[in-house]
Amino acid sequence: MRRGMAIAIALAALAFGLVACGDDDESAGGAATLNWFIFNEPSGGPQKVAQRCSEQSNGAYTINFEYLPSQADAQREQLVRRLGAEDSSLDLLGLDVVWTGEFANAGWLAPIPASTEQAVTENVFEPVLDTARFEDELVVVPIWSNTQLLWYRKDRVPRAPETWDEMIDIGERLGPDTGRIQIQGNRYEGLVVWANALIESAGTSILSAPKEILLEEPPTEEALGIMGRLSNSPVAPPGITTSNEDSARLGFEAGNSTFQINYPFVYPSAKENAPDVFKQMAAARYPAVDPDKPSKPPIGGINIGVSSFSDHKEEAFEAIECLVKPENQLEIAELGGLPPVRSDLYDRPEIEKVYPGFAELIRESIQNAGPRPSQSPAYQDLSLAIQRALHPTTKIDPQSPEETYEGLRDNVEKAIKREGLL
Amino acid sequence: MSTAAPPQVGEAAGRKGQRKRGGPTQTTDRTKAERKLALMLCGPAVIAMLLVTVYPILYAVVLSVQTVDLRFPEERGFVGLDNYAAVLSSPLWWQDLFNTTFVTVISVAIELILGMALALVMHRALFGRGLIRTSVLIPYGIVTVVAAFAWFFAFDPSSGFVNNLPFIPEDKAWFGNRWDAFTVIILTEVWKTTPFMALLLLAGLATIDEGLYEAAKVDGANAVQRFFKITLPLLKPALLVALLFRTLDAFRVFDSIFIMTRGSQDTESVSILGYNQLISRLNLGLGSAVSVLIFLLVLVIAFVFVRGLGTAVPSQGDKK
Repeated sequence: MRRGMAIAIALAALAFGLVACGDDDESAGGAATLNWFIFNEPSGGPQKVAQRCSEQSNGAYTINFEYLPSQADAQREQLVRRLGAEDSSLDLLGLDVVWTGEFANAGWLAPIPASTEQAVTENVFEPVLDTARFEDELVVVPIWSNTQLLWYRKDRVPRAPETWDEMIDIGERLGPDTGRIQIQGNRYEGLVVWANALIESAGTSILSAPKEILLEEPPTEEALGIMGRLSNSPVAPPGITTSNEDSARLGFEAGNSTFQINYPFVYPSAKENAPDVFKQMAAARYPAVDPDKPSKPPIGGINIGVSSFSDHKEEAFEAIECLVKPENQLEIAELGGLPPVRSDLYDRPEIEKVYPGFAELIRESIQNAGPRPSQSPAYQDLSLAIQRALHPTTKIDPQSPEETYEGLRDNVEKAIKREGLL
Repeated sequence: MSTAAPPQVGEAAGRKGQRKRGGPTQTTDRTKAERKLALMLCGPAVIAMLLVTVYPILYAVVLSVQTVDLRFPEERGFVGLDNYAAVLSSPLWWQDLFNTTFVTVISVAIELILGMALALVMHRALFGRGLIRTSVLIPYGIVTVVAAFAWFFAFDPSSGFVNNLPFIPEDKAWFGNRWDAFTVIILTEVWKTTPFMALLLLAGLATIDEGLYEAAKVDGANAVQRFFKITLPLLKPALLVALLFRTLDAFRVFDSIFIMTRGSQDTESVSILGYNQLISRLNLGLGSAVSVLIFLLVLVIAFVFVRGLGTAVPSQGDKK
């Protein structure tokens, strides 16, 4: 009797486990359900736009959101796990701009039809399109962009500094009680964003082609020298080797900083959390390395791809064409402050409302941006290699960054060849 | 992998037990029936274990002798032991192995001392035993990632309270250098798993006959002597099992380090190294080689404990 019960319980447990595994795939009659895997953008802009597109499709498709975590690494982790297993439940993919090369080379992105390409590239910034191409072909569609600006306190400095050295000089003159400079120096992607922008602004690049290193020595060392100088300056944020976008934002809102390098989300955040700081907050272009060379600011944002394992590719491309329509980009910008990828939209009054007084600055910043080497399918190797070579930035000798340069070059070369552990 | 080690212990111990018992013992019908029931009860669990552990482990071994990179699907091929050579010749592997061993040894040592103290106190508690035991278990019941975040935020200079405590500089960046970061990581591990240690030791204490202490007292042994001459020797089996479990667990430390430093400041553990190759780089060949090596090290630890130190779960049963 008792034995029978034990077996029954064991079997029930097994059966339950099996049932729990097989509850996917509910095919809707009529409209194709397009699963859009993307992080939950807190403003709800993408959701609103997606709902409108679904309604306008006349029953061709319904976009369903499957939320990814808020951190980029965790988003990628979930996507690659599913795509690695050829999961057909993914249709639309919300991809960070640096994942393009690897997703394309892995064969996870469906080719974009010529008609779609025509419609979605019109008036789009050239650096943004660079992040969407792999081997000269458009493989994903940009929906929103992002860029870093120099945020400063207009009550403490009459005008924004133009170069990094000028900024550090001003900061050090003000002293650590008011003159701190907020930046991202933790060992993560944000450090690569900083390093790449400095290297690009100095006049060189990390790669010249997907498998070719560039990193010319004099400009790279100039860039590294700046990283070392700021990191060892008394006006660096106290935890510079662990700082990220959020700690930079909080540091600036605390009031003892005069400068902050960060994305535009810090503006509405300061308005909410630190009204006194907000009143004195102004934006300027990302600082230059060399006074004679205009800076090449960082670029971020989201591109949409269609999974090559999707059963509804045609509808998915139709949906993408709708999602990136000018009025939809405007709405996403209005709700969430995410910069549109079409340059012509920055003339619209709606954008001026989103970025009061600095809409033109954002356009200029994206237009001149220096993207990270995302065309490389081994971008993650590069990113890890760069992080390992440069972190902690406090160890970079500002006077003679040769040693760091050698380490960086070695690591990047190894990463291109994908050799060894990283 | 955590699930793979304990059966190993059980198996080895079981074999030993049989050897000792072997001989002319008669098996009655009743024992036969009991054995059959035991097999049937274990069956589903064993089958489930085979499905969810043996298959992935074998698959990892197969991947580790190939070039497999999800980003470069066309490059697949057999490479023999190249991946292992790449791992073992990398200074990063040895660095991370040192870090892992360091965290393991220090945190398990502290846990052992604290756990022993807690177990002795709980064993001698006069009132509220149930309440004390339950409340001691709370840290162990908290998800590791959550615990790691709690400790991270407590020590983080911008959000934490620790820097407001006396004798600690206000802008101390705990995760800004190696040894401070290790301190917080080890504290987190200790806080989280000392209860586990304490409970295992408490179970061991409960098996010691009170009469022995009475007799020792009559013979004039003081508390220290009683602890070292009675408690420790009789606690040895439980102690070794507790140490084995904790060492195996601590050796795979991932969560706290991942949350606090992501392996920066030279605090990376071998598990994070494996994660970087597998998940960040999608280099399944290299990453599987790292995983298999970690698995082998875990087996070595288990082997040393079981054969070298004589950890054996049923030895208590033999004595009875």
